[in-house]
Amino acid sequence: MNALDVSRWQFGITTVYHFLLVPLTIGLAPMIAVMQTVWHVTGNEQWYRATKFFGKLFLINFALGVATGIVQEFQFGMAWSEYSRYVGDVFGAPLALEGLVAFFLESTFLGLWIFGWQRLPARVHLACIWLVAIGVNASAFFIIAANSWMQHPVGARFNPDTQRAELVDFWAVMTNNTALAAFPHTVAGAFLTAGTFVAGIGTWWMIRDRRRARVTDDVVLAGELNTEARTLYRPVTRFAMWVMLASGVALAVTGDAQAKLMFEQQPMKMASAESLCHVETGASFSILTIGTQNNCDSITRVIELPNLTSFLATNDVNATLSGVTDLQQQYQQRFGPGNYRPNLFVTYWAFRAMIGWAIGSAVLAAAGLWFTRRGRVPDQRWLGWLALAAIPTPFLANSSGWVFTEMGRQPWMVAPNPTGDPSIHLTVAQGVSNQSVWTVMISLTTFTLLYGALAVVWFILVRRYTVHGPLAHDSSPHPDRGRDDGDDTDADRPAPLSFAY
Amino acid sequence: MTLPEVWFVVVAVLFAGYFLLEGFDFGVGMALPFLGRGRDETAEDGDVRRRTLINTIGPVWDGNEVWLLTGGGAMFAAFPIWYATMFSAMYLALLVILVGLITRVVAIEWRGKIDDPRWRRWCDVGIGLGSWLPALLWGVAFANLVRGLPLDSGQRFTGTFFDLLSPYALLGGLTTLLLFGTHGLVFLTLKTDGHLRIEAMRAARVWAVPTVIVFAVFGGWTLAYGEKGWLATVLAVGVAASIVIAAAAAAGREVVAFAATSVSILSLVVLIFGSLWPVVIRATTTRANDLTIAAAASSHYTLTVMTWAAVVMVPVVLAYQIWTYWVFRQRISTAHIPPSIGLSLRVRRS
Repeated sequence: MNALDVSRWQFGITTVYHFLLVPLTIGLAPMIAVMQTVWHVTGNEQWYRATKFFGKLFLINFALGVATGIVQEFQFGMAWSEYSRYVGDVFGAPLALEGLVAFFLESTFLGLWIFGWQRLPARVHLACIWLVAIGVNASAFFIIAANSWMQHPVGARFNPDTQRAELVDFWAVMTNNTALAAFPHTVAGAFLTAGTFVAGIGTWWMIRDRRRARVTDDVVLAGELNTEARTLYRPVTRFAMWVMLASGVALAVTGDAQAKLMFEQQPMKMASAESLCHVETGASFSILTIGTQNNCDSITRVIELPNLTSFLATNDVNATLSGVTDLQQQYQQRFGPGNYRPNLFVTYWAFRAMIGWAIGSAVLAAAGLWFTRRGRVPDQRWLGWLALAAIPTPFLANSSGWVFTEMGRQPWMVAPNPTGDPSIHLTVAQGVSNQSVWTVMISLTTFTLLYGALAVVWFILVRRYTVHGPLAHDSSPHPDRGRDDGDDTDADRPAPLSFAY
Repeated sequence: MTLPEVWFVVVAVLFAGYFLLEGFDFGVGMALPFLGRGRDETAEDGDVRRRTLINTIGPVWDGNEVWLLTGGGAMFAAFPIWYATMFSAMYLALLVILVGLITRVVAIEWRGKIDDPRWRRWCDVGIGLGSWLPALLWGVAFANLVRGLPLDSGQRFTGTFFDLLSPYALLGGLTTLLLFGTHGLVFLTLKTDGHLRIEAMRAARVWAVPTVIVFAVFGGWTLAYGEKGWLATVLAVGVAASIVIAAAAAAGREVVAFAATSVSILSLVVLIFGSLWPVVIRATTTRANDLTIAAAASSHYTLTVMTWAAVVMVPVVLAYQIWTYWVFRQRISTAHIPPSIGLSLRVRRS
């Protein structure tokens, strides 16, 4: 192991941790905003309960998302200082804007939303959660624009005097076609995650209520449970399933668009995703291969769909695509000797895992929408288990997708743009800081153990609050809502805060 | 002023905002172990007291922390070489700060979720780590920029972790620790009512005295590095302000005391950044290796884009942050704290 390997592991581990939590935040914030809006407009208190219930889970998740995010802001300088010197002129601007435009917005208005249930007028309070929802999505845009620049550098030129990439067109960086494809794909993935989370929990509770109603001797309780299943969990679940359906379609469309871009911009990434070793005309899409991917020629294709890869790449079933071996030769001619192949095993399987895990959400959405059709409230036990089993699948799909994107970019840190400034490119070996291996080992161990422990606590909390269900004191809004003007002059004893840590 | 010089000031302003706002967040967290204990005279539960303290910063601490993220981002955008050199040189120190900040975030947010004394004790430890460590280490980090780091002619750090632990740097850490501690205590006198308010004022009075002394010594030492006449005036203002803290705390003048701690923190930031100017990291090897504002800066175009963004966004951010402080302006006391609504750690089967 050298400092480069350890730094790569560290960035990978910390980023994957961060992105387990982030999609749920990005998708859940707008969904909670919608729930609160429905309550605000209709006055139906079941939507208030849903807002509070999922709001609690949202906040548990948000905390760890922030905690793991702080590290990323500094890790570039700490572990990748040569990279930071090389690209800072371009890469720093979206990062700074993310802080200025998005982080301030979400953190400030989330504070107002958490503590303002009684202190703010209802409309202002509702606006707060919408601003949080806008903030989390805006931050995703800026950071994806930054990442997309590493995949497909535009709007910059190489300055030989300073030996670094310099920004010449900020608008080009913000409208990078890679970013415009990656942003909706990522956001759709986030909505699928949050939709599956809400639908999974909602379905599980709906079925639990129905089954408890059936076994209890208490007629009143049975009636309450049935009402709750029908008027709280069923509408929330169906809302979430429509979100899943819409984001599923968006994922397929944006994924296809992104793949076509990748075949143009980073052909090596796509060739390795398909284990495509040599030039092929009318290339087929491989579903299963066996063998050692990293020895390109040793693999045996077991199942494949003819001509699909060529079609996915170019909309032409007979297109000719380059393979890993040809591209390796081309890169060596352009950039000198070196290994320009990513880890073929990881990219091949991560790509399939991304698509495969998304099926979990699709199954739940299809089953859920069918069994709740025309006013039905299901009580099948297996559906409850299916709902729980589906919850982790989009998280795994998100991670797989990012692992594919990032490891498919190897060995580049800034991948050369085939149509851009040819001198802008940087390998990970050129970008890493000059740290001793032990220094990075210390931080890798610290982050891994700390994040691991916090992930366990996160899971305990989310599970505990899910199993408990909506809290009794959140069953209806406080009667004095919005009338609290901050002075307690007419009370002997001050009114307690509506929320306190 | 050239654009890089303007951005040097902007970075200074962002860190000043961070220290001013997170300063009292750290101070409140630092006060938990002593102000948050239950006392016989009030017969209040220690947990209620600690919750009162935490809730004085409850709605705002997260927004305050973003000043650091934006400061870091602005440094990356405007001075990538500064960002890269400083953060890779101070790798392990930053690791400790990050561990503190991580544990503090989750401890504050998760503390009330489970109603269990052991759970809450662990969260208090997390808040403590996240308050004491950064309050100390930010001072160490910035003092090291002033004192200088071993940089080679390519402005790359050639030292080790132990180069960061000079007496001057450690004194810088002690300065920020005491200053933030006092700032937080004075903030508590403005935000709490009842016993906590009285006790916070009493504690501020105790903290103010070493703060004045350490500030004066560290400031005087900084002048020796800064070699600029006008910095003596800044130091005089800072020391005068910290004397005012002590006097105002003794007289029970809360607003004056808070204004004074704020002035002290601002003058410390001006002192540090002023003594650096026109350099961003001094080199201990030879002055020719100093990393200057001009050499560390981004291109003119990037700085122009960033300037427009800042001109548009900063007033908006300031407006809504000030509004948040206005919304949550009322004092809170232990009587304001609602009963805990946390769940038990395990499911109780009925």
